[in-house]
Amino acid sequence: MSTAVALQDLACGFPIPTGDTYWAVRDLSFETPAGSFTAIVGPTGCGKSTILNVIAGLLAPSAGRVLIAGEPLSALNRNATYMFQQDALLPWKSVIDNVALGLLFAGVPRSDARRQAQTWLDRIGLAAFAEHYPSQLSGGMRKRIAMAQHWVMERDLLLMDEPFSALDVHTRQAMESELLALWTGSGRTVLFVTHDLEEAIALADEILVISAGPASRVVSRHVVPLARPRDLLEIRTHPGFHELYGRIWTDLRREVVRSRERTTA
Amino acid sequence: MAAGVLIVWQVLATRRLIDPFFVSRPSAIAGRVWEWMASGFIWRHLAVTLEEAVLAFVIGTVLGIGAGFVLARGRRASLIFNPYLRVLNALPRVVLAPLFLLWFGLGIWSKVALGVTLVFFVVFFNTYQGVRDVDRVLVDNARVLGASEAALIRHVFGPSALTWIFSSLQTSIGFAIVGAVVGEYLGASRGIGYVISQAEGTFDTTGVFAGLAVLSVCVVIVGEAVARLERRLLAWKR
Ligand SMILES: Nc1ncnc2c1ncn2[C@@H]1O[C@H](COP(=O)(O)OP(=O)(O)O)[C@@H](O)[C@H]1O
Ligand SMILES: [Mg+2]
Repeated sequence: MSTAVALQDLACGFPIPTGDTYWAVRDLSFETPAGSFTAIVGPTGCGKSTILNVIAGLLAPSAGRVLIAGEPLSALNRNATYMFQQDALLPWKSVIDNVALGLLFAGVPRSDARRQAQTWLDRIGLAAFAEHYPSQLSGGMRKRIAMAQHWVMERDLLLMDEPFSALDVHTRQAMESELLALWTGSGRTVLFVTHDLEEAIALADEILVISAGPASRVVSRHVVPLARPRDLLEIRTHPGFHELYGRIWTDLRREVVRSRERTTA
Repeated sequence: MAAGVLIVWQVLATRRLIDPFFVSRPSAIAGRVWEWMASGFIWRHLAVTLEEAVLAFVIGTVLGIGAGFVLARGRRASLIFNPYLRVLNALPRVVLAPLFLLWFGLGIWSKVALGVTLVFFVVFFNTYQGVRDVDRVLVDNARVLGASEAALIRHVFGPSALTWIFSSLQTSIGFAIVGAVVGEYLGASRGIGYVISQAEGTFDTTGVFAGLAVLSVCVVIVGEAVARLERRLLAWKR
């Protein structure tokens, strides 16, 4: 199987007021096979968003290489879409125009773009809200629209940064199911950042644990052996689930504790 | 409230508790305005003032928006020009009026120039803030979706700046009219400012107040039209 994303000895530093450099990640390497669903977990502030920013081409690394489908990345990553942790819909555009935005940028005529966007709104069950503005919708609806805005682009790589962390449990589970349904059979690669280990296990093929910052690295990788398709309502009662949770949590817990000690020290 | 003030004013002036020579009387002012409208006298002057104000507004807005975008998006342009703009904006514009009279003559263009210097800075600072104010994540998201710089300006920075420009529109339109009237007041042969200054020269307080009344009504009408347009264009805010 080919490799969708490979990071080799990645380092990202930010200048800090004292004149020194804060190394958010350092000597970080991993690769993900094309078509896989990889979850990245780690304590808050360990550099998860930074890693996605680099893969999206929004942030140039201080050192190391980024290979996308084998090619070094030098500018914005045209193979990827990126669903940000924060709300990123344009408040002055209607729902349908927001979903059609990327197509419009790609030169698709407006009426075609809107037609395709409409198909996606049908798919995520929000067709009735096409002409609403984002501010008129709930947080869960806005996340679904953001998902459609990125999936409509049909790019090979999907970067998602804690997309569901602000949602209540039920909305969240519905969104997770929706995401799996969209991804299954699509052949696309997903990199999914979360701080919720249960969510990571339920969704992913493989889980990367990132160490507490500064100078974060990949601490361990865990393959999730749970069969697909998965029933997200049942999966947490699966015996394999708890065994795996316990194993990964041992690693993650250690980093969370270290992270807490550093921020309170 | 306003009616109350007018009634008290009228009563005080009629009973000569205050001297109508200095403050006139509402009934006399209304009569004068009516006279002006009937004879067509005021329309000629109002048309000149509005023409100057519209020109000042359009030119000042176009320049302000252009400069706002260039300085907000170009780091180097901002470093070079920002200090100069701040100094220029600190100048009291009224002292420029005689200079403009000298440069552009007694016709409409000296008034337009004065209005432009007032309108430009309001629009410029608001455009600049509007572009700078855009949430970083909205820009990154649009870029990931493939937006070029032109597309960013059209779909992201433009609409954001528009909300700021609109919030200052009442001010910039007011300034366009102030520029025209002050310019006329200081030297012209036509326009509402000229009418007021003529009335003043002959101690005709009724004429001064009538001129001010016409001007106020104009500003209110334009302001209402702007508020309507704003409600239409910024519908997404509600
Ligand atoms: N632009 C920046 N300037 C300075 N420090 C930054 C910047 N972006 C991120 N950092 C720092 O890098 C570390 C990792 O941040 P981030 O990637 O957002 O963490 P996470 O997403 O895992 O919570 C944090 O300590 C953060 O303060
Ligand atoms: Mg983050």
